Amino acid sequence: MDNFFLAIALVLSFLVLICLYRAVFGPTVIDRIISVGVVGTKTLLVLLLMGLIYKRMDMFVDISLLYAILSFIGALIFAKYFVRKGVL
Amino acid sequence: MSILTVVLNIVVIVLISFGVFFFATGTVGFLRFPDFYSRMQATGKCDTLGVVLSCTGVALYALHDGLSLGNILVSLKIMFIAVFWFLGGPTATHALLNSAFKSGILPWTKDGKAIIEWPPK
Repeated sequence: MDNFFLAIALVLSFLVLICLYRAVFGPTVIDRIISVGVVGTKTLLVLLLMGLIYKRMDMFVDISLLYAILSFIGALIFAKYFVRKGVL
Repeated sequence: MSILTVVLNIVVIVLISFGVFFFATGTVGFLRFPDFYSRMQATGKCDTLGVVLSCTGVALYALHDGLSLGNILVSLKIMFIAVFWFLGGPTATHALLNSAFKSGILPWTKDGKAIIEWPPK
């Protein structure tokens, strides 16, 4: 099973690399914000799988829980900030 | 490897591979769609479903070596992440869409004519 989790983690990090294309060449600023959100969700999964691979599930669960909450709050703050600045 | 662990392994493999499939489709949609709103729609839905499926798979696998209290707490926390992202994902997507619409980004149309007049009278 560990090889399966390792393979899934590698696939997810490959998807992250593909998403970074939009972060670099994204025409508008808001595209870059979504790519940050998308990359954040994928690293959330990679964190959980790393917990399974290293058999330290109780530590990695807290890290990924914190990561999920912070990435959610980050998206809200981006939304709130960019409306006022009108920079989009 | 009792029959229970074999069944659990199969269920975990199916759940996590479905989750990664939805992540892949979300990424394809995120790259190929012409404008911001359709990209946001693709990633918002597919990532939320991918997180929920994969988190339930990981939560099930966290129980595979016996139902001690520690394992149950860990898998409950992982299920909490799944439920939290199931509620938080669409909320974050809505907030981003709302801010983009308020700052004047118009939806993409094939012939370039705006289908929504801006600023609203």
